[in-house]
Amino acid sequence: MKVVVDFDLCESNAVCMNIAPEVFEVRDDDFLYILNETPEPALHEKVREAAERCPKQAITLEG
Amino acid sequence: MVTIAVAGASLAGVQAAQVLRRQGFDGRLVVIGDEPHQPYDRPPLSKEYLTADEPDEERLKLRATADPAALDLDWRLGRAAVSLDLAGSTVVLDDGEAIAFDGLVVATGASPRRLPGQDPGAEAGDGSSAATLLELRTLDDARRLRAAIDGGATRIVVCGAGFIGAEVAASARQRGVDVTLIDAAPAPMDRVLDREAGMAVADLHRANGVDVRLGVKVTEVAAGEDRAGALVTLDDGAELAADVVVVGIGVVPNTAWLDGSGLTIDDGVVTDATTLAAERVVAAGDVARWPNQRFGGSLMRVEQWDNAIDMGGHAARRLLAELDGGQPEPFRPVPWFWSDQYDRKIQLAGVVGPHREIVQGTMDEGRFVQLYADDDGRFCGALCWNRPRQAIQARQLVADGGTLDAARERLG
Repeated sequence: MKVVVDFDLCESNAVCMNIAPEVFEVRDDDFLYILNETPEPALHEKVREAAERCPKQAITLEG
Repeated sequence: MVTIAVAGASLAGVQAAQVLRRQGFDGRLVVIGDEPHQPYDRPPLSKEYLTADEPDEERLKLRATADPAALDLDWRLGRAAVSLDLAGSTVVLDDGEAIAFDGLVVATGASPRRLPGQDPGAEAGDGSSAATLLELRTLDDARRLRAAIDGGATRIVVCGAGFIGAEVAASARQRGVDVTLIDAAPAPMDRVLDREAGMAVADLHRANGVDVRLGVKVTEVAAGEDRAGALVTLDDGAELAADVVVVGIGVVPNTAWLDGSGLTIDDGVVTDATTLAAERVVAAGDVARWPNQRFGGSLMRVEQWDNAIDMGGHAARRLLAELDGGQPEPFRPVPWFWSDQYDRKIQLAGVVGPHREIVQGTMDEGRFVQLYADDDGRFCGALCWNRPRQAIQARQLVADGGTLDAARERLG
């Protein structure tokens, strides 16, 4: 699984960070940082939920 | 083969179908939706869809079903469920087809409340004002409003300053349209925000050139001069000429098809704390009303995007527990919504309470965090303007039962 964020769509709502803090972090500058582009299988369910719950649908999962 | 029917093909229904498949349900899954379109996302309809140079309808499609074959669903699009026979475990569609089910997800959503004489199917030129009275719920509604603005509408009257009305007003202003925003309540978004925060929304709109009129009601919408547009009369005597009138005065749950079915209907389909409405029947999304144990078990019906996803998934798992004899879990979410208006992102995590304090920023600067506490002084929610990260942290804090002191420290 590869995590891809469309930063033109992302509005730093931080929903993803709350669900999968191992992978997503919104920092004090209000920008989203991807901490781990290829999360291990144990994180896949969380990452999938983060993608689903993104209000801007800015997260795509490949593979 | 086991059959699960999902009545409703918007966010809650699609999410239920997706989670059913993910949980390993390999029976027949019938999804019924009364709109002809492939399932799509509604929040952009009042925002980007109206403001973009070119609206992108491809982007609206719900990703779970963007590939129609992906979830192996048996689609019934453009078809409405018209009755439910609980004893016979059958849903009947508007074309007479009867679908026998082993499990049913009720996710038929809600429809806009209308003013007398409002007919969303009206065509222009019939001499009445009906064709100028629009609403915004569906893609077709958004196409009509977008076409009106593209076609040169310069004066829009928006009746109702809730989510939809406030967002339409903001989007129309961004398109250069003269906007009058009317609400019977003393402040915009009065059902969900505290009064002062509502007045900050009014100020935001006024600063962007909207004529905001509060505490007034529409008494009549008549055809305009030369039968073009509309003339809106208010109960304070004011008359407003408009090319288009957008009505956003709330929604009513779509339960008419369930009348006489034996399900409990009271401002929605009433379920137990686990989203179960009857044996082998669950409900989710805008149509469902359930006792949320996190907030004292009072009945809640939540018309929010995130709740539709959360509850759709929960209802799917609940239905599988019902069919397989699994352990049912209560649905006890912390509500959360966002609304984008101009350059402001307004988010409420949890619920508004009688006690409030701003712990970061000010309303004047349009960037702040306001905490709420309930009657017993317990932290119950936070309103964040242009503070998205704090909104999500607040939601988690409410979920964790955090104290007001903890919220001050974390979010201040």
